[in-house]
Amino acid sequence: MKKATAKKWGKWAATLLLVVLVLGLLQRLLTPKYVADVVEGAFVAEYYDDVPDHDVIFIGDCEVYENFSPAVLWRDYGINSYIRGSAEQYIFQSYYLLEDTLRYETPKVVVFNVQALQFAEARNEAYNRMTLEGMRWSSAKVGAILASMQEDEHFLDYVFPLLRYHSRWSDLNADDFRYLFRDKQVSHNGYYMRVDVRPAQDIPDAKPLADYSFDERAWAYLDRITALCAENGITLVLIKAPSLYPHWYAQWETQVEAYAERHALRYINFLELQAETGIDYSTDTYDAGLHMNLSGAEKLSKWFGRYLSDELGLADRRGEPELAARWAEKLAFYEADKQAQYEKYGMQEKGD
Amino acid sequence: MLFTSYAFIGFAAALLLLYYCIPKKAQWVLLLAASYLFYAIAGPEFLPYIFATTATVYLAARLLERTADKQAACLKAHKADWSKEEKKAYKGKQKQKRLAVLILCLLFNLGILAVVKYSDFFLSNVNGILRAVGSARTLSFLGLAVPLGISFYTFQSVGYLIDVYRGAVRAERNPFRFALFVSFFPQLIQGPIGRYGALRETLYGPHRFDGKTVAFGLERVLWGYFKKMVVADRLLVAVTALVSDTQLYSGAYAPVILLFYTVQLYADFTGGIDITIGLAEAMGIRMQENFLRPYFSKSLKEYWRRWHISMCSWFRDYLFYPISVSPGMRRLTKFTRRHFGERAGKRLPLYLSTAAVWFATGVWHGASWNFIVWGMCNWAVLMLSEECEPLYKKFHTRFSVGKTFPYKLFRVARTFALVCALNLFDCYASVADTGRVFFSMFTASNWHVLRDGSLLELGLAPADYAVLAIGVLLMLAVSLLQRRGSLREQILRRPYPVRFCLWFGLFLLVLLLGAYGFGYDASQFIYNQF
Amino acid sequence: MEELLQILTDLHDDVDFETEEHLIDNGILDSMDIITLITEISDAYDVTITAKDIVPANFNSAKALYALIERLENED
Repeated sequence: MKKATAKKWGKWAATLLLVVLVLGLLQRLLTPKYVADVVEGAFVAEYYDDVPDHDVIFIGDCEVYENFSPAVLWRDYGINSYIRGSAEQYIFQSYYLLEDTLRYETPKVVVFNVQALQFAEARNEAYNRMTLEGMRWSSAKVGAILASMQEDEHFLDYVFPLLRYHSRWSDLNADDFRYLFRDKQVSHNGYYMRVDVRPAQDIPDAKPLADYSFDERAWAYLDRITALCAENGITLVLIKAPSLYPHWYAQWETQVEAYAERHALRYINFLELQAETGIDYSTDTYDAGLHMNLSGAEKLSKWFGRYLSDELGLADRRGEPELAARWAEKLAFYEADKQAQYEKYGMQEKGD
Repeated sequence: MLFTSYAFIGFAAALLLLYYCIPKKAQWVLLLAASYLFYAIAGPEFLPYIFATTATVYLAARLLERTADKQAACLKAHKADWSKEEKKAYKGKQKQKRLAVLILCLLFNLGILAVVKYSDFFLSNVNGILRAVGSARTLSFLGLAVPLGISFYTFQSVGYLIDVYRGAVRAERNPFRFALFVSFFPQLIQGPIGRYGALRETLYGPHRFDGKTVAFGLERVLWGYFKKMVVADRLLVAVTALVSDTQLYSGAYAPVILLFYTVQLYADFTGGIDITIGLAEAMGIRMQENFLRPYFSKSLKEYWRRWHISMCSWFRDYLFYPISVSPGMRRLTKFTRRHFGERAGKRLPLYLSTAAVWFATGVWHGASWNFIVWGMCNWAVLMLSEECEPLYKKFHTRFSVGKTFPYKLFRVARTFALVCALNLFDCYASVADTGRVFFSMFTASNWHVLRDGSLLELGLAPADYAVLAIGVLLMLAVSLLQRRGSLREQILRRPYPVRFCLWFGLFLLVLLLGAYGFGYDASQFIYNQF
Repeated sequence: MEELLQILTDLHDDVDFETEEHLIDNGILDSMDIITLITEISDAYDVTITAKDIVPANFNSAKALYALIERLENED
């Protein structure tokens, strides 16, 4: 009798194990790997591979992860930084990514790009996916999903991405198998490197808006970011990246300036610092003014690194052997990527 | 809640779990609560409708039964002292009373159905007539929302009432139990239309947890999801595209539309019914079968005995028989016989009552002319084959092919083609479009579209066609195997690893190949609106 | 009974109505047959079969059908 019961339980346990195993494997296989084309989708998860003792954390969309190079901040100023960026990261997602980051570390400085204030709601499921899927499970992730979901999205699809990607079986490729059990590093501490050049020209004229005031919901999340930083003794720096497009309206600038003043926050508008940073829109962007290329990002990082050291007094940590060793590896990868890209685009590295 | 929504699956799973945890006496109460919750989620504004039907039919049935009981008691008491004529007069009076109750209740409930479903159709026809006679007046539409499953629960309640009237079943005394009979949620979406006499036996329990019953039920649910999500919802994309443009998609496309729609309708409707019956079965409740491998029918007549059985038998029992044997029809028969001869006298009642039934069946399917024409076409084909019966007999006595397999196959294929053609009325909202597309097939010059990749522009990739082919083959295989008895019993006799592979394999097929989730429009059941 | 069997045989000459007990359940008689049958019976026996009498139990065999006819004859 006892033996029969044990056998029965064994049968059920084996069944359950097999079911979970197969489903788990299928989920890994069918979930996009973001290693070839849309690498931005892999950034959020990559953060967890790094040792969490950063001085500076950037949060925001492409205007941070394509415009600042943590490698330069380290090489030139000994500042250890990480960019928690993702494509079209909405302000509520930035807030929850900050919450998530604080579970692991408390940086001295958090940098947030204010362009994200323009959107109060998520606009695209694919972007939601790229930001949210990489997050580890925590109340922050739950909050981020609930804040981001559009009407036709389901929470369950985030819990079990297999439900979302089940039909990808027909476009699986070699990468899906190659990176089934391992990840490929695609960013440089969250920085997305591009070395090619496409000069900014024919920037479309700014369309007049019916209403220039940012939405209540966007402000509410900025308030929460501000409050969270204050609670944790973090210096919050608001920035506006030097992207020519989408347009940054004067009316928006006024609102952000007022906000910064009211909350005693630092606000840097890089659009107004072209002379100081030395950004040249004919050589420093790879997509005609939307995003910086490597040259632009390095110029910006040099200026910003000096600002972080001089104005905010961040210490030079190049003397820490462990950290330095880690960075030596990262810089090697950085250089290798750079060279590979120069080769790919048939370019010569120009000396500084 | 659609069957294919997470909400429904969660709802059903939670209910099933709770169902076997609570005291068995309370199981039906839980079902009632769940059914009303289900209905309230679909639209709380619809609750008064189902409530009104439940209340009126419940009360009318009780009244009918009490009158009948009183009559029996009275006749018994006066057994000795009333003459035969007195008894007859009394019975007649009582019968009239009961008939009045029945008709009032029927008028009320079918009236609700008529108003919410058909008033706009009626008004549009009135407007058409007004236009035709040159009037500038138009009546504005009511635009009423159709309550979920109103056709199904109204028919189910009406059937019950007539059964009580005929003395075929005892009226339900407990109003809550009756409310469950009307609102039982799995069948609200698209039937089947249950009979009280049969459902009463299992609906109220108590049901002990039985592994085999639950497993069988869930197996059937899974199979239903396969048909619906892998085949029907995938085909729906192409069908919607094909039907949207009658100019572009005609000629050689017409047979494609016929085939796609017929497969889609089958997978969607029988799949949905599998989910309904399977879910009920998992709770120990046996429901009437609604399909018996209909596409294996050898004639249209047989098809209509095997397709949507609960609806067809409803029309047969509550409309066809009463009309056929009504006093009016008897008088008409006599009249016809006298004036047009013996044969016409025998055929006329048949023709008229079947015409009435097919008209009603058409109207049931939708408030528009194409459904009515569809019904009448079915009627015409059925009557034609009825008239040709002697011809067939002659043919078969001369050539003995009737029992051979190729001939049977030919009959099945012929019936399938006929059903495909008739289904076309379902696709288009207008009779003219249906006719145009159908006849364009015979003058088509664009047969190249079947080869040049045009079929890949309907929203289906080669992979989708492959999946559809697998799905159709699997459905065919299952139907063929079912002819040898319950497939689930056959599977049960296999060792556990084999069974597990079959179940889990089917689950994975649904999970991976199902056309669900982001990027797929949640498709409504075709039968929802009926 | 003889007359009834004759009516039934005229309808389907390939069925042995004296022994068949499942005329409805086995799908031998369909709804149209039943209506034809009722017309014939009401001619032959002068009884009125109403819709409520049309249940499988009354039509499954010639014997049951004959019982129904006898019952209706007595009722009137």
